[in-house]
Amino acid sequence: MAFTNEQLERYSRHIILKEVGSKGQKKLLDSSVLIIGAGGLGAPAAMYLAASGVGTIGIADADEVDLSNLQRQIIHSTNDVGKAKVLSAKETMEAMNPDVTVNTYRTFVSSDNIMDLIKDYDFIIDGTDNFPAKFLINDACVMAKKPFSHAGIIRFKGQLMTYVPGQGPCYRCVFKNPPPKDAVPTCKQAGVIGAMGGVIGSLQAMEAIKYILGIGDLLTGYLLTYDAINMEFHKIKLPTYTHNCAVCGDNPTITELIDYEQAECDGVL
Amino acid sequence: MTITVAGVQKEYEDGINVAKLIELEDVETPEYVTVTINDDFVDRGAFESTIIIDGDNVEFLYFMGGGH
Ligand SMILES: [Zn+2]
Repeated sequence: MAFTNEQLERYSRHIILKEVGSKGQKKLLDSSVLIIGAGGLGAPAAMYLAASGVGTIGIADADEVDLSNLQRQIIHSTNDVGKAKVLSAKETMEAMNPDVTVNTYRTFVSSDNIMDLIKDYDFIIDGTDNFPAKFLINDACVMAKKPFSHAGIIRFKGQLMTYVPGQGPCYRCVFKNPPPKDAVPTCKQAGVIGAMGGVIGSLQAMEAIKYILGIGDLLTGYLLTYDAINMEFHKIKLPTYTHNCAVCGDNPTITELIDYEQAECDGVL
Repeated sequence: MTITVAGVQKEYEDGINVAKLIELEDVETPEYVTVTINDDFVDRGAFESTIIIDGDNVEFLYFMGGGH
């Protein structure tokens, strides 16, 4: 497929990069990324992926836009309050870039649907806000051999790591099991500075783009943490010996997906 | 002894274990923190028995659940 004149202009700042070029831009247009959660992390990730020309973007979220979302979920506008988040997100992405096909899934992720959701995508972005969903996404991606970006944000802090099958530890290697309900505060209980989603969600989009292009070093085997108050990024090297992980280890004990109980008043996404 | 904690060099008295360092470092939600020393996991059950030695590189990894 040759680029149209409009595409050559739209993606000119990409095409001029030797790491991207027209070949890389073609890869992006032919690629697909699924974003689970159209919120603080998912919003900026979705917007940068759409602007970049990732050809197919899936977005899964069961919620509707709430006024309290707009302080950070920049893909939604004041006029979208009450609208399904996936629909609002789709409209924004399509307005940004008509090259992108957006698939919407207005649903919570669960053990029943996640394998089906992820199967046709090249890369998955975890933009959820609770541990049951984060462990579910991890286990599903390990089982389906799908690369994904994990992230979390709270107050003035954020962190992320990237899992690529066979290239480093998974989320469960590091964190083993979800903490008990309400043992660790969520955004809703603790608050989060709006721009944190922009920082960390954009880094997730960057990881997806690098994975698709096959360039540079991904955050596989590392957890990157960001503390906005001290203005510090810290890249923590993760252990390489993970043969005893319950899901990605040599003798996995978790061979079926688990729906953990979630904190009350929190949606899955 | 001089050790590195979360990327910062610090002085601590010799002979302290991981449990004591967690206390001294005022770790948030200590029941759920993941600890690595020199890029290896320290099992939760070994926090008392694992003595930190000069030159160790200690990291605390925290659950972070938000994102929506
Ligand atoms: Zn693992």
